[in-house]
Amino acid sequence: MSGTPAFETRELTVRYPGAAPSALSKVSMSVPQGTLYTVLGPNGSGKSTLLRALMGGVGIESGGALVDGIPIADWKRKELARLVGVVAQSEAITFPITVRELVAMGRYPHMGALSPERATDSEAISRALERCDVVALTDRFATDLSGGELQRVRIARALAQEPRHLALDEPTASLDIAHEMEILELLRRSVDGGTTVLLVTHHLDAAARFADRMLLLDGGGVAAEGTPAEVLRADVLGRVYGWEVDVREDPVTGSLRVTPLAR
Amino acid sequence: MSRRMVALGSIGLLVGSLALSLRLGSVPLSTAQWWDALWGRGPENLQQIVQGHRAPRAIVAFLVGGGLAVAGAAFQALLRNPLAEPYILGVSGGAATAVVASLALGIVSLGSWGLPIAAFVGAILAIVIVLAVATAADTRMDVRVLLLAGVVVGVFFSACISLILSLSSATTMQSAIIWIMGSVAGADWGTVPVVAAYSLPAVVVLMAMARPLNLLAMGEETAGYLGTDVETVKRLTYAVASLVTAAGVAVTGVIGFVGLVVPHAIRLVVGSDYRTLLPLSFIAGGCFLVLSDLIARTVLAPTEVPIGVVTAFLGVPLFLVLLRRSFGRRPGAV
Repeated sequence: MSGTPAFETRELTVRYPGAAPSALSKVSMSVPQGTLYTVLGPNGSGKSTLLRALMGGVGIESGGALVDGIPIADWKRKELARLVGVVAQSEAITFPITVRELVAMGRYPHMGALSPERATDSEAISRALERCDVVALTDRFATDLSGGELQRVRIARALAQEPRHLALDEPTASLDIAHEMEILELLRRSVDGGTTVLLVTHHLDAAARFADRMLLLDGGGVAAEGTPAEVLRADVLGRVYGWEVDVREDPVTGSLRVTPLAR
Repeated sequence: MSRRMVALGSIGLLVGSLALSLRLGSVPLSTAQWWDALWGRGPENLQQIVQGHRAPRAIVAFLVGGGLAVAGAAFQALLRNPLAEPYILGVSGGAATAVVASLALGIVSLGSWGLPIAAFVGAILAIVIVLAVATAADTRMDVRVLLLAGVVVGVFFSACISLILSLSSATTMQSAIIWIMGSVAGADWGTVPVVAAYSLPAVVVLMAMARPLNLLAMGEETAGYLGTDVETVKRLTYAVASLVTAAGVAVTGVIGFVGLVVPHAIRLVVGSDYRTLLPLSFIAGGCFLVLSDLIARTVLAPTEVPIGVVTAFLGVPLFLVLLRRSFGRRPGAV
């Protein structure tokens, strides 16, 4: 299994129904097992679509999307949910359910239709609540949470799945720096423990600091792929984002830092 | 609220509402007379009133009310919308049209085993039309569009019913009109198995799907990522919830707002976990309709008010409150 990529696309092309240009066009990428891989790019460059296509959330026009070497269409949803935890970009909670009930949904792929919660399920739920620092929110209604709190609860639900891979779409978008760092370090620790993380983000500096490899998308195609040093180059970023940037090593973190210049 | 309190409360509500509905009515009984009649003692005619008339009526009201409440909760999960309800979605109207058409054509008669099947066909037709209209206008299935589609389809079915009735015989028309207004007055022991046979298994199936419904209520994308075969669950739920609705409509006519009022009240008390929401909605929905029927036949006695009038008077104000709220700030969104 170690040679098989956790996530892989081959010449993947996706077109939304009714839309003329394709959302993704001939994108090939591969995420090695046990790495933290970020997907970067401007708004509308196809980042979220890539994640959806890899998880079977949108139809594929041509090419392939594979998880652990198996085409996405061949996966049974329940088996896939035991392997990959997904935190989608947005989610609206319509009905009042408690944080514990929401996180417990992460255990559904492990349970029969009518089987009760077992000790292993309760333990996984408690662990996930702890790791995302939401134990204090356990009995609150999810409808009453702030955006940042709900985001952490949703990540806890993905962790409760006890998946081998995680796929997250801008999970830190509404978090303050403390909780953002907590989540990023949590993801990094998970990767060091053997989990694969596919992270869609706008945050170039965080990607530079935490990612092993990265993909830069531009208008549905691949602009660059590789290590942070290979992808985060001032000329490439300037062209893709249409804004001049300076890239240099951050004296504190030792990783690359991208600074947009004044125009 | 603790589980024990909720369990005791539901049992109390169940026993209390059934006892009241057997006790009270247009023929006044003393408590002793009622108690004797309940256990088959005392004058024959009083026994007949309690056992032969009030008891089947209460049971039918309970089964129909419980079914409508569960169907409402299921539609709400499917559409992620607390306003979704068989009556508002036009499903009841579709079922009623199919029933009236079958009666007029003489295919089936009132109270027969075939009537719920006819109602089911109409209910499915209605939901297919409403969803097609709503998604054609807006693929994200906006609340406003969906409600409007339901209302418009409901109006269309009312027109169909008027057309069919205007073309049918006076006797068909009379019985159909009384039935349409929504009433459990016609219920007898023969009606009980007809409702029970269609609605109870369907209610059990919905309860068994509590977990997938929990996930669907979070959104289809999330439900899929958490291991649900979304399309299968949706189709099955639409079909089964329509069947429960149809069984009710076939027997008691169009009774609105049970599926709106009851799940809403239950969510306020115990939250929205479908594993508890569905069983409690069934019990509370049953009691709600038993008590509504009690109001319907006692408030202006000896005249009976149609039961649909009672549920609408309770349901419409709540609907307006929920409608107002659903266009305010959307809490709990990222």
